Amino acid sequence: MKSVEEIKTAIQAAVPGAAVKVILNPSVSAQHSLLIGAEHAVEVAEFLRDDAELALDFLSNVTGVDWLDKEVAEKVKVTRQVPKMVDGDEQVIEETVEETRKHVEPGYLEAVYHLFSVAKKHGPVILRMRTANRTDQVELPSFTPVWRSAEFQEREVFDLFGIVFEGHPDLRRLLMWDEFKDHPMRRDYVEPDDFEYEPTPHDEVLKRAQEHKAKVAAGEASQ
Amino acid sequence: MAVDQNLNIELGKQGVFVTTIQDLYNWGRRSSIWPMQFGLACCAIEMIATTMARYDLARFGSEVFRPSPRQADLMIISGTVTKKMAPQVVRLYNQMAEPRYVIAMGACAISGGPFKQGYNVLKGIDRYIPVDVHIPGCPPRPEALIQAFMTLQKKIDEQHLTGQERPRHLDEEAPGEFPVPKFGEHDLDPPSNPGTWTVPKIIQ
Repeated sequence: MKSVEEIKTAIQAAVPGAAVKVILNPSVSAQHSLLIGAEHAVEVAEFLRDDAELALDFLSNVTGVDWLDKEVAEKVKVTRQVPKMVDGDEQVIEETVEETRKHVEPGYLEAVYHLFSVAKKHGPVILRMRTANRTDQVELPSFTPVWRSAEFQEREVFDLFGIVFEGHPDLRRLLMWDEFKDHPMRRDYVEPDDFEYEPTPHDEVLKRAQEHKAKVAAGEASQ
Repeated sequence: MAVDQNLNIELGKQGVFVTTIQDLYNWGRRSSIWPMQFGLACCAIEMIATTMARYDLARFGSEVFRPSPRQADLMIISGTVTKKMAPQVVRLYNQMAEPRYVIAMGACAISGGPFKQGYNVLKGIDRYIPVDVHIPGCPPRPEALIQAFMTLQKKIDEQHLTGQERPRHLDEEAPGEFPVPKFGEHDLDPPSNPGTWTVPKIIQ
């Protein structure tokens, strides 16, 4: 099978303007993946499926990842002009100082697709797509028109992570009930406070049970 | 009010059989507990094994698994009750005719088990319906389920038809229908039925 770099070149030749980036996996498994832009994603998927050499006819797995906002600290060299007294008169001297700058990289939701070829007996090719943020711009194109097996798995990702797949024929919750409002696999999901009876609490559960007890003592919870 | 045992033996020698309505009634009920054909998870496999030839639940008069709650006396909660399934379980229980019994089979049915802290799992079915026998295990072996049946039979045998101790189905005041929880925005609503379940005291 072609390497990820070769697949990237093939995609860019077939779909002009497609944003493709190789994300290397430094671990032993070395399962590198391709980050593709949402704009041309469906064309890219169709190319991967229909290309005679790749023939990725089987989508085996769709999953989601929740990446929280990340604070990044980096050291930058800054040149400043500093007034200084030199030999009695004031002069402006340029000085290079190292500065630590912090900025917040916004979080995003990611959909991960694992593709195989039954015809060519190779795979997996791993695709990733990222939403613009985690709150209001959570749309990604659906791959269900390209691979039917994405249908239920994209519904599951929608249910648990809240990624909205545009072009999906039947985007409803799959596991939780329709009235449910949260997305339980998101990392900031807060589960309902039902820690009133924990006979053998430990770690996180112990903490939650104690918080619940404190709430009951303060009269904020019923039992 | 039981018949004096010596008198009973004496009468038996003469070919006369004497009993009380209560004994006859309870004997009839305990010897034909028909469970509902209803499985939730892997415990159901053990429940099926219990009915088959090796463990032979027919010896206890319970081999007739009914596909309808209207014809069943016993509900075996055999497995994990998810929050999505809980209203259906309560609804099926409401559809059963009195007298009715519940066995909570396995760790999940009695407390949520290994999935207790999951966002989708109910922390024990006894939060919504009264449970007669709890059996621990993950899953419990068929012997444990048979033990539960024997415990339930003993319990039925000891029931009085009249007086304060009488079972729920003979008590007009007792609740016949249990509120079905609704699907809420974050959890089931209500999270438990206070008439059936209160927080147990932990003694350490």
